[in-house]
Amino acid sequence: MTTTKTSGEKRSFLSIFYEELSNNSLTIIILSILSGFIMGGILVVLTDPEVYKAFGTSIGSGLSTSWKLVANTYSSLFLGAIGDPAKIGAALKSGDSALILKAFTPILESLVVTTPYLFTGVAVALGFKAGLFNIGAEGQVLVGTIAAGWAGWTFTGLSPWVHVPLAMLIGAAAGAIWGFVPGWLKVKTGAHEVITTIMMNYIAYYLIYYLIAAPLRDTTQTTPKTPMILQSAHLYRFFPDPIRFHLGFFIAIAVAFIVWFILFKTTWGYEIRSVGLNPNASKYAGMSITTITVAAMSLSGGIAGLAGASEILGVTWRQSQALSTGYGFDSIALALLAQNHPLGVILTALLFGFLKSGSRVMQVRAGVPIYIINILQAFIILFIAAPAIVRTIYRLKQPSVKEVSTSTVSFSERK
Amino acid sequence: MENKTQTEKTSKIRSFLSSTQRWILGIVFILVAVFMELVLVKDLGATEVTTFATNIDSNAIQIPDWVFNSRLGLHVIAGFCVGLGLFQLVRGFKKKTGIFVGIFGVLIVLGFLIWGASGSSISFTGMLAVMVVRSVPITIGALSGILSERAGIVNIAIEGMMIAGAFAGAVIGSLFGLWAGVLAAILTGTLLALVHAVLSIKYKVDQIISGTMINIFSSGLTSYLYLKFLQQPAHAYLNQSGFFKPYAIPLLSKIPVIGPIFFNHNIFIYLMYILVFVLSIALFKTKWGLRHRAMGEYPKAADTLGVNVFRTRYIACLLSGAVAGLGGAYFSLGSVGRFEQTMTAGRGFIALAAMIFGNWNPVGSLGAGMLFGFSESLTTKLSILRFPIPAEVLLMLPYVITIVVLAGVVGRSRGPAADGVPYEKESL
Repeated sequence: MTTTKTSGEKRSFLSIFYEELSNNSLTIIILSILSGFIMGGILVVLTDPEVYKAFGTSIGSGLSTSWKLVANTYSSLFLGAIGDPAKIGAALKSGDSALILKAFTPILESLVVTTPYLFTGVAVALGFKAGLFNIGAEGQVLVGTIAAGWAGWTFTGLSPWVHVPLAMLIGAAAGAIWGFVPGWLKVKTGAHEVITTIMMNYIAYYLIYYLIAAPLRDTTQTTPKTPMILQSAHLYRFFPDPIRFHLGFFIAIAVAFIVWFILFKTTWGYEIRSVGLNPNASKYAGMSITTITVAAMSLSGGIAGLAGASEILGVTWRQSQALSTGYGFDSIALALLAQNHPLGVILTALLFGFLKSGSRVMQVRAGVPIYIINILQAFIILFIAAPAIVRTIYRLKQPSVKEVSTSTVSFSERK
Repeated sequence: MENKTQTEKTSKIRSFLSSTQRWILGIVFILVAVFMELVLVKDLGATEVTTFATNIDSNAIQIPDWVFNSRLGLHVIAGFCVGLGLFQLVRGFKKKTGIFVGIFGVLIVLGFLIWGASGSSISFTGMLAVMVVRSVPITIGALSGILSERAGIVNIAIEGMMIAGAFAGAVIGSLFGLWAGVLAAILTGTLLALVHAVLSIKYKVDQIISGTMINIFSSGLTSYLYLKFLQQPAHAYLNQSGFFKPYAIPLLSKIPVIGPIFFNHNIFIYLMYILVFVLSIALFKTKWGLRHRAMGEYPKAADTLGVNVFRTRYIACLLSGAVAGLGGAYFSLGSVGRFEQTMTAGRGFIALAAMIFGNWNPVGSLGAGMLFGFSESLTTKLSILRFPIPAEVLLMLPYVITIVVLAGVVGRSRGPAADGVPYEKESL
């Protein structure tokens, strides 16, 4: 411990600023993201043969090659995610709406990628707030997708005003069931939700695989695919094809605000947070941890189900394979980064969505595989989960109060 | 029906059944027998025969295929089921219930096989040999889980350690030979485990978050390196390790049926047997094992008696990583002969399931691994058999069983008490 006693002494402005900075959780978040990017850059440099060749000639050329490489990687990431700022400026000046739209396409596409992250991030964050580790977002998204899709092509003759909400709700309900089971098992039998949600992921995976292969298969297609959802079930797209930006994004933002409101402005939300922090104390205070846990887990599953629903109704229109989406693990990273705050999730989901969207361009332009994003995520989780590492690297002061880090509790009604 | 019967199997786990549960179990045994007689037997002609082909290996002593009347076979099995059921109703198996439920499960599977294969022939030996092979990564992964969880560290990073092990095994195996590859895989697993250990023991990070991070990191890094190097034609030489050839154990492999099933595989299968044996002894019969398990149950007591909690947990975690790395090497060096991006396909998570199903016990995990391996092996034969259930449902079963076991619906599986709880030494 490097903490020194400073109380009572006269302190300069800088020292106060330094201590405030060290204690601020935002500092840790920003430094974690920064460190993640640095580690990613180091990896890119280390795995490039050109760099070694350049270092063979001279150290200077090695360093400059490394720098060019990293700059090229991250600038193509930026270009892919945001688009070319020069083009955007030119398009805005020209005033031609078609040109403007074209220039803004990368941003809009990034927002499309962000949308499911918003839902799943909020879902996982809500779970964490209740002391629940929902690794099952993946499975909940899958069942949400298939259920919403089913509603999308089964009910005919509905107005979009009825059909879209109905399909979204059915998707949410399917996700909620997938969340309910682990929650209920946790309170009734003490089965840890991490294991049960992982198992539920695989059950969902094989279930969808089966459904697409046989009962829900569109028989006119040669490969296993579900039928297309009906026109009336399409989530509204704001721009003509090929821009896929759809209403789901705003629904996701709204859900984040609703969850924030529930968590911080209602009694029920207070109870959720209380159970998450200390289930025993909450129980003695008269709260029903059974109800709260099951409800929180179902709600979390339902929100993750919405992610699947918005994807099929807004983007894909049909499900062709039970692919591993990766939302489950990504959303854990972004919920942790947001310190499990639903509104913080909006920012981190945007970050991850833009990263993921930009990484495709990066792979083509800079020849850096998209998986660099996963490595960035892993490092960001590492630094967020162990702030002590960040503090050591950046010579920040150790906090004067003990930090509350995200952790989950295990408890059971049945002893 | 199959679902229900699989559920019954799960009470292989040590369970103390109440008298109502005893009645239910007995009645279920008998109902299954009735089902076999009324549904399966009715479905078959009186003269239909089932052939179980027994010889897959020309080196073993050849015995004739098992050909028998399908109806007769089902009658015999139904008879056994009724016998078990009646005994359960009258006397009860008491503490041996688990074993008999296991036998009951085997009878049911046999019954379905006889029914499904009537009129044709299936390679009985071949199917079980595949089962053994498929069980290897699951069992080794489960052993890795046991090593860490028995010492109180939750390790959900087995999947990540396995994929990293598979990668290191393939690359180093291509460069320096298969054995070097195995060693590299073990070291890679250990290295990742060291990260997990430092994070969860020193920094007291939530162990599931730390494990998740390792999973994301390993799958990301291996995929990154795979796309960057292994997939490029210029570097293809890094990804052609080849795999260990099967080695028939002298004498043992000559035993008809048993030999080809258990004793004619490559080194990983034998390593699995050895590991299960060594771990069973080490964990339950040695001083080291007692200390190791104390970390998972009540570390404070061990600390009071002078056992170094942190060191023991570090060692446990590193061993767990080493074993997981070995399990990973199986994918590249034991079966495929090269690295592929998604080759572990969630086996690390099934391994967790097998660990729970096997009640955190090496022999139990082997049994669970075999069971899960069997469900995988059965799916490859489904087209031949007239099974009424689709392959996906069969593949889903391990996960359903795990949830059922974890929930204690039939029998109850309990993990170490201090699992996942960081240890904090109280300062004076």
